Amino acid sequence: MAGIIGYGAYIPRNRIKVEEIAKVWGADAPSYKKGLMLEEKSVPSPDQDTITMAVEASKRAIKRAGIDPREIGAVYVGSESHPYAVKPSGTVLAEALGATPEVHTADLEFACKAGTEGMFIALNLVRAEAIKYGLAVGADTSQGAPGDALEYSAAAGAAAYIFGKDHLLAETLETFSFTTDTPDFWRREYQYYPQHGGRFTGDPAYFKHVIGAAEGIMAKAKMKPSDFHYVIFHQPNGKFPFRVGEMLGFKKAQIEPGWLVSKLGNTYSGSSPLGLTATLDIAKEGDMILIVSYGSGAGSDAFIFRVTSRIDEVRNLAPRTRDLLDNNKNYLDYGVYAKFRRKIRKAE
Amino acid sequence: MRDVAIIGVGMTKWGELWEKSLRSIFVESALLAIEDAGVDRIDSMVVGCMSSGLFIGQEHLSSLLSDYLGQNPVPASRVESACSSGGLALRQGFIEVASGMSDIVLVGGVEKMTDVTGCEATFALGTAADQEYESYHGLTFPGLYAMMAVAHMHKYGTTREQLAMVAVKNHDNGSKNPLAQFPFKITVEAVLSSVLVADPLRILDCSPITDGAAAVVLCPADKAKAFKKPFVRITGTGQATDTIALSSRNDIAWLESTHIAGSKALAMAGRKIGDIDLFEVHDCFTIAEIMITEALGLVPKGQGGKAVAEGLTARNGKFPVNASGGLKAKGHPVGATGVAQAVEIVKQLRGEAGERQIKSAKRGLAQNMGGTGGSAVVHVFEAE
Repeated sequence: MAGIIGYGAYIPRNRIKVEEIAKVWGADAPSYKKGLMLEEKSVPSPDQDTITMAVEASKRAIKRAGIDPREIGAVYVGSESHPYAVKPSGTVLAEALGATPEVHTADLEFACKAGTEGMFIALNLVRAEAIKYGLAVGADTSQGAPGDALEYSAAAGAAAYIFGKDHLLAETLETFSFTTDTPDFWRREYQYYPQHGGRFTGDPAYFKHVIGAAEGIMAKAKMKPSDFHYVIFHQPNGKFPFRVGEMLGFKKAQIEPGWLVSKLGNTYSGSSPLGLTATLDIAKEGDMILIVSYGSGAGSDAFIFRVTSRIDEVRNLAPRTRDLLDNNKNYLDYGVYAKFRRKIRKAE
Repeated sequence: MRDVAIIGVGMTKWGELWEKSLRSIFVESALLAIEDAGVDRIDSMVVGCMSSGLFIGQEHLSSLLSDYLGQNPVPASRVESACSSGGLALRQGFIEVASGMSDIVLVGGVEKMTDVTGCEATFALGTAADQEYESYHGLTFPGLYAMMAVAHMHKYGTTREQLAMVAVKNHDNGSKNPLAQFPFKITVEAVLSSVLVADPLRILDCSPITDGAAAVVLCPADKAKAFKKPFVRITGTGQATDTIALSSRNDIAWLESTHIAGSKALAMAGRKIGDIDLFEVHDCFTIAEIMITEALGLVPKGQGGKAVAEGLTARNGKFPVNASGGLKAKGHPVGATGVAQAVEIVKQLRGEAGERQIKSAKRGLAQNMGGTGGSAVVHVFEAE
């Protein structure tokens, strides 16, 4: 049986409130707060990017895994904000962790689901016994165009998972992927900000794929919503995960522990993986967890995990996700946020 | 001039029809109308569409649609008069049959609006305003109607709640229309707490962006009897223009083009407003319906807000307005709206409107307008 042997989360300290963004654009903050269930989002500092956050999260995952980084045979970084268009993030991460040179690395991109893609690949290489341990990271410093609806949610964060076959903290019972060609969100080369299809990102995109993957994996595993203690859906805003959960027959109490978006924003490739780190932080032996990611373009990856007793030994070896989210926050005004996010151009 | 009858109607479900193209939604409705009429050919067709060029990059629409309907080489024309394109198509079809030029004419309306972003849709709709005197200064339709609303409230004491009641009434009606985009009820509180778009108008005061089509089949009334089905006569048609720019009007709290078109249509039909049993009107914004009820003479000037509050325009009121759900709940695919109004009235006069049926309705009136009233088309329909 293969599964998770270590996990780690990273969330930058900086936050900006919905009101602060709405104030600048003359927008209606209460409608974003009520309509999208968003309150604030994380913001990376100027010296943080997908790679630095991936390093932070991965070091925490290695602590919980208790392994020698040189035993990691594969390193995958899923992101839509890799710092370089050409030059891998994975090599920097692997080097920083001390996993080089005998390691396979790749950078992945699939809008908000690149993180779970890496998890899928690393897990299956372990299952195939091609590698002993595999590291997968979902990390993003995503950007929404100034004034666009996405600016209220596009946030920064990273989650890292190490897969192996021994000393598991969660066993993988099933995986399932659901993919179609659905252009709901995109960014072409040389474009700074992504574009999206507005309401088209809802029913034919997020809901179709999340439901397709969730129903598919439950059918494959012969399980039903009530069999799970926790469920994590991709969290582009506060509303979608609850609505899709209700459509599938899950209860609010199953969703809430991994629902971080109202205070975190949408961390894109880190979104559902961070929901899972928050859930593992509180899970007990035997708990069944379903996670369903979503990436525009479009597709969903689903995993079913069963938590083992080892969770109690490792959860306090690194910071808990909720602590990263709730403590030590630094609120920015829009001016500093704009500087941090390089929305202000200085003279050469 | 020959008398003209509607012998068939067709309409499919409206909404965000992302899986369908303009041509397919048009053909679906047109085929339903042809089937309903029981005709084996059409002699000509007229299509109302406001802006297929901006919405889907397609012009030369009339030939394209006659091709996809399998009707080449019949003559086909597209007419455009902003949001009254559908009503104008019906009037052109009427003229063609009345004049004796054609016997069986298909009149369709269509708009595919959700294949572009909200900004692009707002721009396309904005082309119905005066580019030099309105659009260039940043005005969009919610802004223009908001100014009309403010003027009406200031002049006549129309209240924010009365505006909301128009939306509540039309959603109540729309909840009984399975083809409506938003077939559900809303409350006054929901309207008042919805997102502000252009003060005082909130999102639930505004008709939506919609994909949809509707079609009717016309023929000379003396030939309609041969089809052995209940048919509906178009006994009056009226059309009028006004300045496109709101700033050029004498009174922005009054819809002169609707007043003139309505008076002409009623005069042609030999009817008074009190003879009409139901109305389908152009409630693109809640204030529009209030002003239309005044312009048509259902109520005196300035009394439209009070009328909706008192239930005069409710489904069981003296003058039922927008039993279909109106543009607000049924949706507003701009070019299709005027034709869909005729579809609703025909269904009502044939007693086929289901739960929203107006009892013993014999005569109906449809009012369709473009922009802020720069154009208006009114038709009077009577059951045979």
